[in-house]
Amino acid sequence: MAEHDHDEHGSELSETQLRVRALETVLTEKGYIDPAALDLIVEAFETKIGPHAGARVVAKAWRDPAFKRALLEDGSKAVRTLGHESRVGDHLVAVENTPARHNMVVCTLCSCYPWDMLGLPPVWYKSAPYRSRAVKDPRSVLADFGVKLPASTQIRVWDSTAETRFLVLPMRPPGTEGWSEERLAQLVTRDAMIGTGLPKPPEEVA
Amino acid sequence: MDGIHDMGGMDGFGRVEPETNEPVFHAPWEGRVLAMQRAMTYAGGWPIDVSRFAQERLPPRVYVNVSYYQRWAMAMERNVVERGFAGADELSAGHALRAGKPLPRKLTPDVAKQGMTRGSFHRQAQAPARFKPGDKVRTKNIHPPTHTRLPRYARGRLGVIELVHGSQAFPDTVAIDKGDNPQWLYTVTFEGKELWGPDADPTIKVSIDAFEPYLDPA
Repeated sequence: MAEHDHDEHGSELSETQLRVRALETVLTEKGYIDPAALDLIVEAFETKIGPHAGARVVAKAWRDPAFKRALLEDGSKAVRTLGHESRVGDHLVAVENTPARHNMVVCTLCSCYPWDMLGLPPVWYKSAPYRSRAVKDPRSVLADFGVKLPASTQIRVWDSTAETRFLVLPMRPPGTEGWSEERLAQLVTRDAMIGTGLPKPPEEVA
Repeated sequence: MDGIHDMGGMDGFGRVEPETNEPVFHAPWEGRVLAMQRAMTYAGGWPIDVSRFAQERLPPRVYVNVSYYQRWAMAMERNVVERGFAGADELSAGHALRAGKPLPRKLTPDVAKQGMTRGSFHRQAQAPARFKPGDKVRTKNIHPPTHTRLPRYARGRLGVIELVHGSQAFPDTVAIDKGDNPQWLYTVTFEGKELWGPDADPTIKVSIDAFEPYLDPA
């Protein structure tokens, strides 16, 4: 990783691969890390940890007023009652969208994101355009996502500058009365829980 | 430090471009970098704020030009060498040339799940909280040359305490090996106009999470 421009298709990438491999080899030979444990971590992020966890929390909150109250009162505690595998959700704060207020989450300083709830952040979340503009002109950022809110809606941006992690609780779409938790969860997109998107319309889910 | 990483409010970076059906990792080495970082954190190599500070110290032109996981890898190389876990000669050689130094733990497959879990950042409070929800505060106008989590756009600004998160490890000291130095943490909310002037969108409010040493009563 020499200090020159990143070129996804050129020799830079192979240079990066070689340097990362060298790092892993050295740390392994030194006895600090075990490649087999790394395999398991990579596998978990590729197959187990993702926005389905957050979607389940949102769907439950939509169906269960007591759970919703608990979630908004203490996100970490409420999520722990769902029996996730790991100690999910420490320092988790859920913020509720209403007709009057739309919430949006960013980390202007790095890439803080509720991994336990949403998996690893997408590239755009970690990118300069999002980090620079979300706190100054969130409506234009929403426009990049094709989201247009009424001019009167207050936009509340949460900059994740410490270890608190924010999860947006989007509004339940109308026309979903009586839906099961599983069916509701299918409406809940990752972006809806970051605040750069809205839940899918009910007709998109069978 | 007033680095390139502190991007809130900067202009000129262009549109946000979401990727359709984005993979978890764009290349296998990205996953290795992430997993190595987790394993070294679990082992007791260095805390996350040390990783962040190492990224912040990359030259600005490098920071903006390389990919996210390349930044991680560069920061990890830097911490490995600076903290004496391996020599630059060993990274160049691609093999250990000397024995490693002892670490408290090692992430092995049987405990890999623990490598996925984020530890708690709560620490025993050293004093009662100075502020409560509703209190008006002004963020300090500080420019430490080292790691801080008070972004430039929110310095010297008038805000209101919205949430109190308890006492937590203080990144500003953790990042420079000066200890946890626990501090109360608050969500502080600002009106858009307070941050961005009279032309700001009147419907926006922005919050940061601010440690007590960043705040004065107002």
